Amino acid sequence: MSAEATTNLPRRVNYLNVDHGVKSWLLTKDHKRIAILYLVSISFFFAIGGLMASLIRLELATPAGDLVQADVYNRLFTAHGVIMIFLFLIPSIPAVLGNFLIPIMIGAKDLAFPKLNLASWYVYNLGAALMMWALLRGGADTGWTFYTPYSSMYANSEVILTALGAFIVGFSSIMTGLNFIVTIHRMRAPGLTWFRLPLFVWAHYATSLIQVLGTPVVAIAILLVAAERLLHIGIFDPAVGGDPVLFQHLFWFYSHPAVYIMILPSMGVMSELVTAFSRKRIFGYRFVAFSSLAIAVLGFLVWGHHLFVSSQSILAGVIFSVLTMLVAVPSAVKVFNWTATLYKGSISWETPMLYAIGYVGLFVIGGLTGTMLATLGFDIHVHDTYFVVAHFHYIMVGGAVMGYLGGLHFWWPKITGRLYPAFWSKISALLIFVGFNLTFFPQFVVGYLGMPRRYHAYPEEFQVLNVLSSAGATVLAVGYILPTIYFIWSMRYGERAGANPWGAYGLEWQIPSPPPTHNFEEKPVVTTEAYDYYTLKEKRVA
Amino acid sequence: MTEHITSVRTYLLVFIALMILTAVTVLVAFQDFGAWNDVVALTIAVIKASLVVLFFMHIYHSTRLSKLVVVSGLVWLVILIGLTLSDYLSRGLVGLASS
Ligand code: HEM
Ligand SMILES: [Cu+2]
Repeated sequence: MSAEATTNLPRRVNYLNVDHGVKSWLLTKDHKRIAILYLVSISFFFAIGGLMASLIRLELATPAGDLVQADVYNRLFTAHGVIMIFLFLIPSIPAVLGNFLIPIMIGAKDLAFPKLNLASWYVYNLGAALMMWALLRGGADTGWTFYTPYSSMYANSEVILTALGAFIVGFSSIMTGLNFIVTIHRMRAPGLTWFRLPLFVWAHYATSLIQVLGTPVVAIAILLVAAERLLHIGIFDPAVGGDPVLFQHLFWFYSHPAVYIMILPSMGVMSELVTAFSRKRIFGYRFVAFSSLAIAVLGFLVWGHHLFVSSQSILAGVIFSVLTMLVAVPSAVKVFNWTATLYKGSISWETPMLYAIGYVGLFVIGGLTGTMLATLGFDIHVHDTYFVVAHFHYIMVGGAVMGYLGGLHFWWPKITGRLYPAFWSKISALLIFVGFNLTFFPQFVVGYLGMPRRYHAYPEEFQVLNVLSSAGATVLAVGYILPTIYFIWSMRYGERAGANPWGAYGLEWQIPSPPPTHNFEEKPVVTTEAYDYYTLKEKRVA
Repeated sequence: MTEHITSVRTYLLVFIALMILTAVTVLVAFQDFGAWNDVVALTIAVIKASLVVLFFMHIYHSTRLSKLVVVSGLVWLVILIGLTLSDYLSRGLVGLASS
């Protein structure tokens, strides 16, 4: 703990106690309060999505389809996917941590468009409410991918309402992205050049580009499904000259880049954690910064790897296979650079660092299996099996969610001004790592052996691996519930955090915790590169 | 950065041009140009869209950054259509997919 901890007087006015009452929250334009609003919303939906996952794993504990009927099972995994992707993962790091931190990291008072920021939260909740209404009416059964012609012609479920919800939530994502882009371009403090920006900001810049350039396409694709269901305009119906595969092109043009909307911000978090807890500047700053942009751009050229067996032409399959391999390169650059940053650093094993180290291992497995899937021949064997399910959970849960939790643990003292119990938080990091691997590693095996995804029953020979997976999910659930408890506990009873409890570098650690409404007393001037831990150390010693 | 104010005259001229082009769109719809049907219709549409973007959306007098944003939007559209066509145009090439 740093010496600054004691200089923080208890009664100081900050963004949390400056105003009270529900109205002061619901009408706030403060990016920090909006971040908290988002935190509440997405945590709620993470819990609902988690509940669906528990039911899925409970059903799969036995080979017979005994807990729920096939139709209910379809609705369960659809709700799970839709909620986790659109209502939790996509907004998670950007709308909570990004919202809170980007203005502070660049030395600004707020985002460029504070009202738009608040509007995005309302739009998000409107879309979410539609989805929940659809769910109460029975939900959709198409999978989160809404594939035609099933979704457009045959499905007997709440496809339109659910899709409309996703459509609306998309706009909140565009609003956030737009806001970040303008803010990062126009509102950086004097001296804060592009190459002095924290890599967290670079990662969010790249993410925002994807949100703005990709989301409109999925919005239209989803709207077309609704139009097709209601009016039968025929765009996806071969009987009248349409083509169901066209939907897959439109859908994945967004949804592959969307997986980078989910992972890029967590990579930004990683760069902050790894440097802070090895007390070193990042290895190869520019490579890490540009790899974010490379991922954003290349991510748009690879969507066809989801269509290898969808009657896409073989030539297109080959093109997309090669392009997909390319996107693994900037991902690997990041992993190597984080690892190189650790080398000869003075590493400390605080909770956020535990998450960061876990992230590296899990992301490497997720990324390498992705590269396996990008290989045409191999994919034909494992497409639509649990191998694919394991691949993307390694990245989305092992990567993005671990990054999110690592970031939340890192900046929690800044956000709330309180410390959480170190012991329990380390236990939770450990439980999550172990529980995660126990849940999803067996799925690689069972998928490779041929167990298809999206069925509520399976042959007896797969039971052992499935029981392992369900047991792991239980451990994982405990790992997620634990932080919920101690975070809430810490808001009242946690020890007060100083301005800079980790002794970390960056503008956000130079202002009090929690920060005042306008972040900075006077506009900061930046004279050093990011992660200048060497100078920081000298200053401490002097 | 100074705001450029577009004159009412310009708006009117652009509006008239759009109306004329709309009339042309309707007229050519009644002619059969064979394989050129799509090309003709799309050319008119592109001219109209450009007028709207350049004048009604003020891009003609905007900063380079705004122009860059518009151009990247177009490039992304080319990616979307181009790579999708790499599938559609080559389905007959290697028997399997189309047979
Ligand atoms: C190293 C980079 C990556 C490569 C090469 C890669 C490759 C692939 C391939 C080829 C598939 C299709 C498998 C099939 O359906 O047969 C796939 C599926 C998937 N990947 Fe990845 N991937 C990568 C990174 C990611 C990331 C970063 C995420 C998420 C954050 C992700 C999420 C997904 C999802 C959700 C699916 C399945 C979608 C579905 O059908 O429901 N992937 N990946
Ligand atoms: Cu993909």
